[in-house]
This record gives sequence, structure tokens and C-alpha cells, in this order.
Amino acid sequence: MPETVMLPADFADAPISLWRRGLNFVVSVAAIGAVVLVLLPLGAVFGYLIYKGIGSINWAFLTQIPKPPGEAGGGMANAIAGSVYILMIASSMGVPLGIGAGIYLSEYGRGTRFGNLIRFTADVLNGVPSIIVGIVAYGLVVLSQGHFSALAGGVALAIMMVPTITRTTEEMLLLVPQAVREAAYGLGVSRWRTTLSITLRTATSGVITGVMLAFARVAGETAPLLFTAFGNQYWNWKMNQPTAALSLQIFTYAISPFDEWHRQAWAGALILIVLIVASVGAVRLVASRGMLKGAN
Amino acid sequence: MANRALGAPRLTGPQPVSEQAVTAGTRSEVQGLIHAGDSRRADAAFFYAMLACGFSVLAIVGLIVYELVTKSGLSWHAFGLKFFFRSEWDPVNDQYGALPFVYGTVVSSILALIIAVPLAIGVAVYITEMSPRWLRGALAFTTELLAAIPSVIYGLWAIFVLVPLLRQYVQPWLAKYLSWTGLFDGPPYGIGMLAAGIILAIMVVPIISSITREVMTAVPQQQREAVLALGATRWEMIRTGVLRNARAGIMGGVILGLGRALGETMAVTMVIGNRPEIARSLFAPGYTMASVIANEFSEATGDLYLSALVEVGLALFIVTIIVNILAQFLVWTVTRGTPARSHA
Repeated sequence: MPETVMLPADFADAPISLWRRGLNFVVSVAAIGAVVLVLLPLGAVFGYLIYKGIGSINWAFLTQIPKPPGEAGGGMANAIAGSVYILMIASSMGVPLGIGAGIYLSEYGRGTRFGNLIRFTADVLNGVPSIIVGIVAYGLVVLSQGHFSALAGGVALAIMMVPTITRTTEEMLLLVPQAVREAAYGLGVSRWRTTLSITLRTATSGVITGVMLAFARVAGETAPLLFTAFGNQYWNWKMNQPTAALSLQIFTYAISPFDEWHRQAWAGALILIVLIVASVGAVRLVASRGMLKGAN
Repeated sequence: MANRALGAPRLTGPQPVSEQAVTAGTRSEVQGLIHAGDSRRADAAFFYAMLACGFSVLAIVGLIVYELVTKSGLSWHAFGLKFFFRSEWDPVNDQYGALPFVYGTVVSSILALIIAVPLAIGVAVYITEMSPRWLRGALAFTTELLAAIPSVIYGLWAIFVLVPLLRQYVQPWLAKYLSWTGLFDGPPYGIGMLAAGIILAIMVVPIISSITREVMTAVPQQQREAVLALGATRWEMIRTGVLRNARAGIMGGVILGLGRALGETMAVTMVIGNRPEIARSLFAPGYTMASVIANEFSEATGDLYLSALVEVGLALFIVTIIVNILAQFLVWTVTRGTPARSHA
């Protein structure tokens, strides 16, 4: 459907009129203004995070558990560890499931009706609000276990990781040329070995990027943890017990009336951002090195 | 007519490749992958394992629907469709109506779109059509970075930076000049619908602008050249040559942003004031569907209370699904046939 360009009559005016030139100028300025207005909050968020956060991070903050309300000192050590713990549980479930589903879509489900259905469902799942995922994890895990738990938080985050990983894995595997697979078959490599050791390995860098995208997306999630992991003022390493998480702790402290807790909320937020950026950056670096090795 | 130059006809057929023909390095790599014998069983097992993973995606969505529908049954039977038109929310007397939450969700999201859409389109226009090439990638990356900041950190920033700013400067100004509209009335708390709308706008700008950029780059270059050749200024070229061709996709991006705004929980919960009331003024505190679940779910004691909250969740789920599907369809109508995404 080639859409023809509508041609306003005034285009034909030979010298560009002052009005048209003026409008052009105004719109250009407005576009630059929009860019500035959008970058402003970004700068403000990062600026405040660093300004408020740096001063509050100290050894106690990184090594101690929270003190009772109103008392100075204490830290978020248990929340930092809890976040890492919950994310490990989530990744151990979400990553294999997501990659598996991606492999199915690109290697077996190409063009089939079932494949399209799964692809569509994954896109739908991607749009489900995180709080809804929390309700479902509550119903599935918390109710059957009888109490809030790290496992429930992990399940909620895993559900959120799956669609992102599935879709990026699929896209990355589709980029691998068919000839690579055929070469492997030609040498007598079985189909499953080809998929795992040739196709998936060729696409490693892209797949890891997808995994990290999903990881970064859920690392700061708070809503699905509210009534699954629930939070905890003390250390916990049991899968079936309530567990602290950095994002939950930031939320609790931010809406509390204590200045000391506000200060720690900023520090926690800075740590959270640093954790997200560092983990994504580190893995991308490793992945790009691995990719180079695989190509040679 | 045998040609002697070809030599004697080969009688032996293809010779088996000798062991030495494959270089040592390649051989060891490949041999690791080749196992003698039949791989049919292993292949079938692998296929079923991957199928199970794919099926799990379906199962997850199925479970979400199942959980929401069964757990909200109690409230559905008690109040029926009227649940969404009642405005009292009284856990003590077990009376529940979701109207204030629906209102808060809709108003805060629309407010967010009103602020975000012009900004997002402006950013997209600047990045794709105006910015010097060297700035393009950096700007695109930076706006995308806005999407990577966790919701709870936006909330934290909003509580301690945005809300005081609104309370001290913006709201008194709005009240002074625009209070006749009725939208900017009442005491300037800072916290309230306006703060929620602004923080939501900041969060949806990157979504809308990245989709807009994607559909704008999908518009063929010839369109631009043709319009310019007719003597159009740059803005006329963008308007008639680019935006008009990309409008369905831009609409898709806007709707995708709406989907995100409707389901956004933490940042809104932290600044909207959390009061189940319907007020005309944007200064007044409100409540959204997502935030009522976030605040009250873990404390909901009665069965009917919990069920009412899940029903709010079910409604939110259905709306966001419809919105997202619509958005994907619109984006697809513009970008189909063009290479997936071109990072500027």
C-alpha cells in the first residue's frame, strides 16, 4: 500500500516564506527542548543518587543488618545478600526455561502454529504488570507453603525473566546461518548436539545479552516481592523463610518517617544501581570475549 | 568420446578420507561432538525437553489466568459487575468497590501520556531526523537508560526531590493561574495525582520514544527525499513525509506506554497519596489499582477482602493484555517488511 505523500499547495511557493521558515525553526527548537527536558530527570536521578548515596555508604552499611527504627547505624547487608539470593533462585529457574523455549521457537517451531502461539504468549507475558505476577506467585507458592519465602520471590522473578529470555534467544538463534547447522549435520553431529554445541554456542554472546536484559529488569523489581519474599530484618538463608531484598528495603525505608532510614534508602538505591550496571557490564564483557574466541 | 587428458576413468569410486586429511585441531574438536550409533533417542528426548520449555510459557499464562479467576470468584459472586462502579472501599464492613482505583489508574495514566507523548515524539524526531550522526547513538542510549532505572528508585527520587519541588514552586503557580479549571484546586501537598502523573511520564517516555524511533527509521528514505525535492522545509518533510507514514506505529508506541503506565506500581504507590477518593483536582491524593494491591494484599485478612483485591488484579490484567496486543498490532503494521530494528 504505497501511501502517496499529500502535497500542501503552499509547497509550490518559490521562496520559502517567513512563516514556513519560522515554523521550521520553532519546531527544531521544540525538539531540542524535548531532549533537554527528558535528559533533565535522568541527570537529576543519577545526580541525587550519587550525591545522597555516596555519603551514606560506609562499612557498617555494607556489613550490618538493620537496627530498630529510629536508632542510628545499622545497614543493609542482609538485604543485599537477600537480593542476590532471590535473583540466583530466579535465574536458576528462569534462564534454562527461557533459553529452552527460545530454542524450541527457533529450531523446531519456526512457522508452525504452535510456535506462533508460544511466541504470542511470550509477548503477552512480557506485558503483564509485575504486581500481577506477585499475586500469582503468592497463590502458587506462599499459600501452599503456608508462609512468605525466598522461593516465592524467586518464582515471581523467574516468571518475569522467561519471556525476555525466550524472545531474545529465539532472535539470536535465527541469526545463525542455516549453513552452519547443515555443516554440522554433514559431519555426522546429531541434531541435539548441533543445537547445543554449534548453534547455541555461535549465538552465545547475544543470548547472554538477553539474559542480562532480563536480569537487569527483575533485579530492581519490588512489586512482585512485596507479598512473596516479604522482607526480613534479619539474616535468612532458608528457601522457605521470608527474605530481605534490597528493593523492598529501599521501599520500606523511603516511606518511613525516619531521617536515618531515608539516608540508608539512598545508599541502598545507589548500591542497587551499581549492582545492576556492574553485573550487566561484567557479563557483556565476558560474553564479547567468548564470542571472539568462538568465531576464530 | 573419451578425452585422454582426463586420464583413466576412475573405477574405484570416492576414496574414504584418510585420517590425516583432517587437520589435527579440527579433528579433535569435531570428534568430541560425534558419537557412534543412533542419536534418534537423544534427539527425541532433547526435542521433548525444549517443547516442555516452550509449553511452560503457555502454562505460566494459563496459571496466571487460573489463579486470578478462581481467587476472585468470591468477590465476583458478592458484587458482580457493580464492583467496578461502587466507590466505597471498607474492609471493616466487608464492602468493596473498585471505582476509585479504576479512576486513579485511568487519570494518572492519561496525565502521564499527555506529558510524555509530545516529549517522546520530540526526542524521537530530534534523534532520527535532526541530530548530528555522532550524537545519535549516545542520545538513543541515554534515553534508553531511563528505562533501566528500577521503579522503586524513581519513587524514592520522586518523594525527596519531585514532590517538594511541586509543593513549593509548581503547585502554587498552577493554583494561582489555572485554578479556574478546577483541576488545580486545594492545598498543595505535593503528593497526589499530579506527582504520580509526572513520575509515570518520566518512566514511559523511553518506551514511546524508542518505538517511535523504530517506526520512523522504517519509513523509506525516498519519502524524505521526495518531499524535500518538492521544496519542503525540514519540518514539513518530517510532518508529511515521516510522521504521517509512521502514525500507526507511533500510536502503537503510545499505547504500549499506556500499558506500562497502567500496570506501574511502586513509583506511583510512593507518591499518589493512597486515598480511595475521587477528586476533580489533580492536587488531591488518589489511589490506583496496582497500588491498592501493593499496599493491602499482604495485610488483607478476610477472604472477601483478598478476593476483592485479586479481582482488581484480574481487571488490571485483562486491560493491560488488551492494550499490549493492540499496541503490538499497530507497531507491526508499520515495521513489517523492514529489517527488525536499526539502531541509529
